[in-house]
Amino acid sequence: MTYMTIPSTISGGPSIFQVRIGSGEVLSAGDEADFLVAFYQHSYESHIEFLREGGVLLYDSDQVQPNLEDKRFVNVGVPITGLTIEALGGTAKDKGKNVFVLGLLAKIFNLDTEKLKGLIRERFGGKNESIVNAALTAFQAGYAFPVGNVLSKRYEFEPSPRTSGRAQVTMDGNQALAYGLIAGGVRYGAGYPITPWSSIMEILRSELPKYGGLFVQAEDELAAVSLALGFSYAGFLAVTGSAGPGISLKTEAIGWASMAEMPLVIVNVQRGGPSTGLPTNVEQSDLYQAIFGSHGDSPRVVLAAATVEDCFYIALEATRIARKYSTPVFILSDGSLATRIEAFDEPNLNEVMRDPAPDLTPRAPEFKPYALDRITRHAPPGTRMLDGKYPVVTGLEHDELGHPTAQPKLHAGMTAKRRSKLQNLAEEIPLPPIRGEQEGDVLLVGWGSTYGPIQEAVNRAHEGGVRVSALHLRHLHPLPDGLDGIFKRFKRVVVVEMNDQGLYGYGQLATVLRARYCDPRISSFTKTDGLTFRVKEILQGVLK
Amino acid sequence: MSLAETTTKAPDPGALQSPPAPAERERLTKKAITADHPTWCPACGDFAVLAAFYKVLEKRQLPHENIVTLAGIGCSSRFPYFVNSHGAHFIHGRAVPLASGVSLARPDLHVFLFGGDGDGFSIGGNHLDHGARKNIRLTYTIMDNFVYGLTKKQTSPTSPLGYRSKTDPTGVIDNPVNPIKKLIAAGATFIARTHASQVNHMIQTYERAMDHDGFSVIECLSECVEFFPGAFDAGNPRKGGEFKVIEEKKGDNTPEDNVRHDVTDELAAYRLANLPFPGVFGVFYDVKRPTKNALEKKWITDTRTKAGNASDRELLQRTFDRMK
Repeated sequence: MTYMTIPSTISGGPSIFQVRIGSGEVLSAGDEADFLVAFYQHSYESHIEFLREGGVLLYDSDQVQPNLEDKRFVNVGVPITGLTIEALGGTAKDKGKNVFVLGLLAKIFNLDTEKLKGLIRERFGGKNESIVNAALTAFQAGYAFPVGNVLSKRYEFEPSPRTSGRAQVTMDGNQALAYGLIAGGVRYGAGYPITPWSSIMEILRSELPKYGGLFVQAEDELAAVSLALGFSYAGFLAVTGSAGPGISLKTEAIGWASMAEMPLVIVNVQRGGPSTGLPTNVEQSDLYQAIFGSHGDSPRVVLAAATVEDCFYIALEATRIARKYSTPVFILSDGSLATRIEAFDEPNLNEVMRDPAPDLTPRAPEFKPYALDRITRHAPPGTRMLDGKYPVVTGLEHDELGHPTAQPKLHAGMTAKRRSKLQNLAEEIPLPPIRGEQEGDVLLVGWGSTYGPIQEAVNRAHEGGVRVSALHLRHLHPLPDGLDGIFKRFKRVVVVEMNDQGLYGYGQLATVLRARYCDPRISSFTKTDGLTFRVKEILQGVLK
Repeated sequence: MSLAETTTKAPDPGALQSPPAPAERERLTKKAITADHPTWCPACGDFAVLAAFYKVLEKRQLPHENIVTLAGIGCSSRFPYFVNSHGAHFIHGRAVPLASGVSLARPDLHVFLFGGDGDGFSIGGNHLDHGARKNIRLTYTIMDNFVYGLTKKQTSPTSPLGYRSKTDPTGVIDNPVNPIKKLIAAGATFIARTHASQVNHMIQTYERAMDHDGFSVIECLSECVEFFPGAFDAGNPRKGGEFKVIEEKKGDNTPEDNVRHDVTDELAAYRLANLPFPGVFGVFYDVKRPTKNALEKKWITDTRTKAGNASDRELLQRTFDRMK
């Protein structure tokens, strides 16, 4: 599993890339490093405290002057800049240092060099041939460096004990989400660039034409959601997405989707906010916006992806619900899931692929787009209406046929209808599994990308003899029925999330759960530093 | 309350066969395409626009199920309720992108978009520009009445200087939008102007607009009898005005032809649009430029050919295989 930070600058600036490797279950990117590579003095100074005692510091001795008195670490200096220039010569200067280090790490960690070289060719191919050659030369030079002279330790990994029998695929959360949407039968979409959502629209823009579909870059967020609703109205379940600020702009149209009962998938790859906020950091502060954002009573569904793998499956779930309940569905992801790379079992496409074709079956006489006692199922344009009466889909309050009306009984009835279809959904959602004991002292409740660190916190608490369990919610609105029964089995229920504790001392999910269950056992543990949770932070915060 | 799930009811076995060929279809009559009685004020200009649209549909006999009427918000945007066709009534100003989605996904449909001056030139002004620039295949009728009628007499983007509205009680001070100039600059490929009192001209203009392969826009002066009565009398011969129609070049090599308007000449169109109110009516601009519909379609076809027209499952499997 990886974790990366990039600064919100146009070019350059300090960034980190963190990798945690294991042959068992890798739940989080880890609390401390075994091995730190420092290219610059500032990277050494900012991150040396992240290295555990006995860990290895590999530094560029041309750039970094570490405190060699500090005997907590194994200090390994390699003149990375100089050796890269020497290996490449010419005008490349020190470009290629990272690939040189990759070669060095391949040696130290006993990595598959042929596979890495293949990836280098894939990454730099298509450009000038000399660039590929330079990259391979740098890699080779790093691999050939006599690292044994300065570092005796080598790392070896056991083969993975996985038993699923399926090959693993490796990708980031935005990729998993985009391909999940494609598997779920989404063939059309529209968006506007914003970090960290943009890579989803880039993937869909290139991929959807292969599947006969289309993704449009719109002139703004309002046009993007409107185009997507046009696609959905035309019979193709569509996607739009953004980060929080862009979602704000879309909310009027999302109100229309709720009123007109138009299926739509809306992706929010959350960042830190409000306003432009922290564009490249992580926060879970758009839950209220997803559940309540818009005007009037406008029910919608809100789901959140827990891991990179779950980005794929949550997209499938969103498409299923949007179609079945003819409703807008939010998928909440975040900046850390978007850029994190994980390996997971390859999905079984024979089971998950859905047919995107619109249902243009001629509709029998007396078709009602908005029947009060049934879930709406629109007849897309192009559908013959056998009684010759054609429906209008509308954002005005309407009767069962879609005619505008302000009749008090109808507005009450239609409002209840739009709400109650989501109550049907709540009955259908299975209760999430509990990690750890089924009853005990503390239940940690999480949502979204905090899954890994929370689950690992449970493991670590058990090792320390503390009875902590965890429950992770993927369906946030509506909540699955029956959570209160689980909460009752624990002395304390602590909701762990990356947002502010708010005016009244509770984070966003904690507030929703307290409003829903009126259970005083529910408390809140939040943080707002724009970084993912570390396991020890959770344990310290919850058990204090 | 628990809601039943809706499944498409199986229609009569006969109905499941492919749609009847045009010859076997029932004729599309005015009755068949008329829906709710319009909620507009008596004598509103929009009635005439609706009547002209019915006439065009009757004349052209499009497959009923493939006609789509779409609109944003405003008096004129109630249009879809009054036409018995598939339709959607969307939010204020965003009807162009909604219609763009329908047009791009469904080449089989005829997309007719309706709206007013506030919807098109004010809140939706940006979308008008980009719909035009992208040359999306649809026909957009803007019923321009120079005032906000649904909200009862506020200044609109086309309200003339000096017009007294509830938001400019001493007279409008902001320079109005010139719709034709805006559309030319934005890159619309068919731009025409007509007057709701001139039914035949409306029908002719409509037919040319719907036959145009691209983003076609008609600005139709349509009087708000309630809040801006007499606004367009200057263009109505029955009210003592002059309905001056643009004479288009015939290419007949006569001396007269030299002074006629070349609809492919952007600057000439711009000069016509600059004439003082009530100006001239007819087609200002009409050029061929590839539509986004066609360009995207070509990309899709080329990409699919390159991928060997593989099935959806094969395509996604290939992607995953590269990620192993």
